[in-house]
Order: sequence, then structure tokens, then C-alpha cells
Amino acid sequence: MTDRAVVVVRAGALTTVQDLGRSGYAHLGVPRSGALDPAAVRLVNRLVGNPETAAVLETTVDGCALRPRRTVTVAVGGAPCPVRVDGHPAAWGTAVRVPAGSVLEIGAATRGLRAYVAIGGGVDVAPVLGSRSTDLLSGLGPPPAAEETVLPLGPDTATAVRGSVDAPPWPGPSDELVLRVRFGPRDDWFTAAALRTLVTRAYRVSSASNRIGLRLEGPALERALRGELASEGMVLGAVQVPPDGRPVVFLADHPTTGGYPVVGVVREADLGAAAQAVPGTPVRFTPVR
Amino acid sequence: MRTTAPRALRVGERALLVELAGGEETEAFHAELLRRRAAGTLPAVREIVPAARTVLLDGVADPDRLAAELSDWEPGPLPARVGGAVEIPVRYDGPDLAEVAALWGVSVEAAVRIHTAAEFRVAFCGFAPGFGYLTGLDERYGVPRRATPRTAVPAGSVALAGPYTGVYPRSSPGGWQLIGTTDAVLWDTGREPAALLAPGTRVRFAAEGVVTGGGR
Repeated sequence: MTDRAVVVVRAGALTTVQDLGRSGYAHLGVPRSGALDPAAVRLVNRLVGNPETAAVLETTVDGCALRPRRTVTVAVGGAPCPVRVDGHPAAWGTAVRVPAGSVLEIGAATRGLRAYVAIGGGVDVAPVLGSRSTDLLSGLGPPPAAEETVLPLGPDTATAVRGSVDAPPWPGPSDELVLRVRFGPRDDWFTAAALRTLVTRAYRVSSASNRIGLRLEGPALERALRGELASEGMVLGAVQVPPDGRPVVFLADHPTTGGYPVVGVVREADLGAAAQAVPGTPVRFTPVR
Repeated sequence: MRTTAPRALRVGERALLVELAGGEETEAFHAELLRRRAAGTLPAVREIVPAARTVLLDGVADPDRLAAELSDWEPGPLPARVGGAVEIPVRYDGPDLAEVAALWGVSVEAAVRIHTAAEFRVAFCGFAPGFGYLTGLDERYGVPRRATPRTAVPAGSVALAGPYTGVYPRSSPGGWQLIGTTDAVLWDTGREPAALLAPGTRVRFAAEGVVTGGGR
């Protein structure tokens, strides 16, 4: 048995393997998937000397615990959370050495939702269509981590000086989520009042949100056109409006086609913050060109 | 064919949704995109996603410029039908087959003949990896979705909804009318290509255990 692996001691609410996603298969119905907060993934990978494309673990709400079979360098980022090695406090947001057999405990997020754990060498599960990401919509990639799951690691080839990179410390999610939205392609399916509602009224993050979409509670958007839209291609950040009128912002595991009209598209740069917004967070859309 | 210029709608910062007059125009436009991509004359695009009457171009550096280019394109001809169709063997034993035959106003045997006589084409994929929306049945054979979707449709189910035929690549919830079952593997990531059906693939369904006139 190889010692180039970590064992999951506590899986947490939802811990998945993620990288920067699957590209180029949307025409076959394959979602892009990948980490919901890709900036955090790039940063933690750099902290341990991995390529930015290395696979990491994405935790949800309450972290996870891991036991490496060999001594590894790890970095925890994304949502701020307590980090412990064999019960001793360790640093968040910087490279940490975890001796073979010790337990790395990633605690519950103190702000935000999703922590990212990079391990030197990267999580080396078999790639599927060019990515190691778990896709919860279509079941591609490794299943979510469970207790006793053994995650193989790649060879640690880091040569860079580790421990710090020239990135500003992330302040954590703000109290209000502001999403810049560009109207279209189906804004003409909605009344002028509905478009005003979207960019003037307050929404809240619903607890029904997941890796597929950020679901919102708030005023319903009224349609100007009835009838059914023929299925069409969907993009990351699309604000799709199902029949109940409550907008859903598509995140990484979104379906590749859909039949509900997309009133607008959120800037990709704002989606990392969307993925870190806890249920109940106020949401405001601001229109951009 | 109508020569209406395609209408390109902006989708966020990096994408265009090109609207076409109908299914045939969409297939022709999609084929034209693939030809241009193969010839290296299309700007870099991350995804080309055809659908019922649109093609999405995602991951485009300069969508407005591409939109302007598209408006000058001559509509390309429909791709030539060369090579054989993928043949999918089907046991026509689906729980909704009798209902579909009744909707069509024909016997079950005649419904099977209608379905096996048609040549299909994968118009687009979606819903699940490897799930193709196949066109080819005459318009009058369109059927509604079931009022109440099933919570679990078995993998390999051959099903109808609207103008489309589809085959479920894996077990999933679904509201289509189930007319049969196939053992064909629609999706296998251990295989290259993973998808049996991709946009543009031609398909025929063959009734398993039914001996037709000149066939084996």
C-alpha cells in the first residue's frame, strides 16, 4: 500500500475533490464542475507549491479531518476556520507541515461556507474527461468523501519557497452579497417591472442552495411572455428564473442546457463570493453593461 | 432554406447565444461552426453547445466582434449524410408504449414500425452526460411528457417527449414516455469517445427479436 495518500477521518457535511473543472464537453451534457471558489483553490495550491490546476478538497460548513500516511505540506483557505494538527492550533491561509500519522482537523467555518485544503502533490484520483472534480449533478468524478476514504496524492514536486505568496489576505465574505449582473439573453421574457425588481429589491440566500445553484428568496420576477422556451445552452453565472419566479444563479455543477429563461448573467468574478454566502445572507443585484 | 441571418444575443461577459429559425438551420449553423473551428478560422471558443433552436458559444474573448462576424456568414448546407447510422437495438417493452400507440392512433405493432423506420439525428445533448435529444419522427408523432414524472427511470430506457426520442444513459428521475429498453451503453467515461451519441450523430432503432423483411 502506498503511503502517498491521506485518509479521511471525518468527512464533514460535504467534502469533495475539486480542481478547476471540466472544459470542452458541455455539448455532451457534461457540466463544467470544479471548485466553486477557484481563486481560493489557486491560492492554496500556490501556498503548498502545487500547480494551480492540482486537485484540492472542498469542504462545506463544518470542515473535515484527514490523516496523511506520509508527512505532507498542506494549506487551508477559502472560508476562514480553525486548523489543528493533533489538537494543536495551526495556521489558516499558510503552508503547514503535517507529520505522517497526525490528524489535520479543519474546523467549522467561522465565516463563509467552503474551505479548501491543498495538499503537496495534489489529490491524485483518476481524472475523468480531464478533471478530478466531483460533479454532483451528473455523478462524474470521485464520490463525496466518506469516513475511511483513502485519497491518493501525487508526487510532491514543489520547488518554490512555500509558506507565503504575494496575495492579500482575504477579508472573508462581506455581510451583503453584491452580484453584478448583465441583462440577457432572455430579459425580454420579463416585464419591465420584473427587471427593476431584480436590481432594486433585496434577496436572500436560500438554504436550498448547493453546488448547482445559488437559490434566492425574495420577490418573484413576473414574466411578460408565457409559453415555453425551447431548451438552450446555459452558462456559469446564468440567473435562471423557474416558474415560481425566484431567481437561481447557476454555479459550477449547473446543467448544460435548460428551458427556463435566463434574465441575466452574473460576473464570473463575483461567483466565488456567492459560493461563500451562508443561507440568509442579503443579496443585491447591480446592473452592469 | 430561409436565409435569415442568425441573431446573436450576448450572454454575460464571455458568451453568445445564436438564435436560428428552426432545427435544420440550427444543425447547419452548428456544422458550419465545427467546420470553421477545424479549419482554424473560428476564434478560440471554450464550448459550442447546440440546442433546439440555438447554439451557445461560451468562453469567447470578444463576443461582440464574433457576433458581428457571424452576421456575414452564408448559411452553410446541412452536413452531408455520409457513413452509417449508429444502430441501437431496442426491446419495445416500455410501460408507456400502449399509451403512445393510442396517442398516435395506431396499434402497438404499427408504433414500433414507425419508430424503427425513422432515421434520427442527435440534435443536441443535455439533461445528463450522453443524453441526446434525437429528432427524426414526423411532427404528428409528438407526445406530451407524462403529467407526473417517474422518480426513477431505468438506464437504457428509450423514451419520447415532444418531438424528441432519447435514451436514458443512467437511472434518473424522468418525465418522458417510456417505449422500450436497450442494452447499448450510452455513456462510459472509460471509453473513447465516452458518449455513443454526440450532436450530429445519425441513429436508427432496431426492434430486437423482430425479424424484418430483408434483414437478418
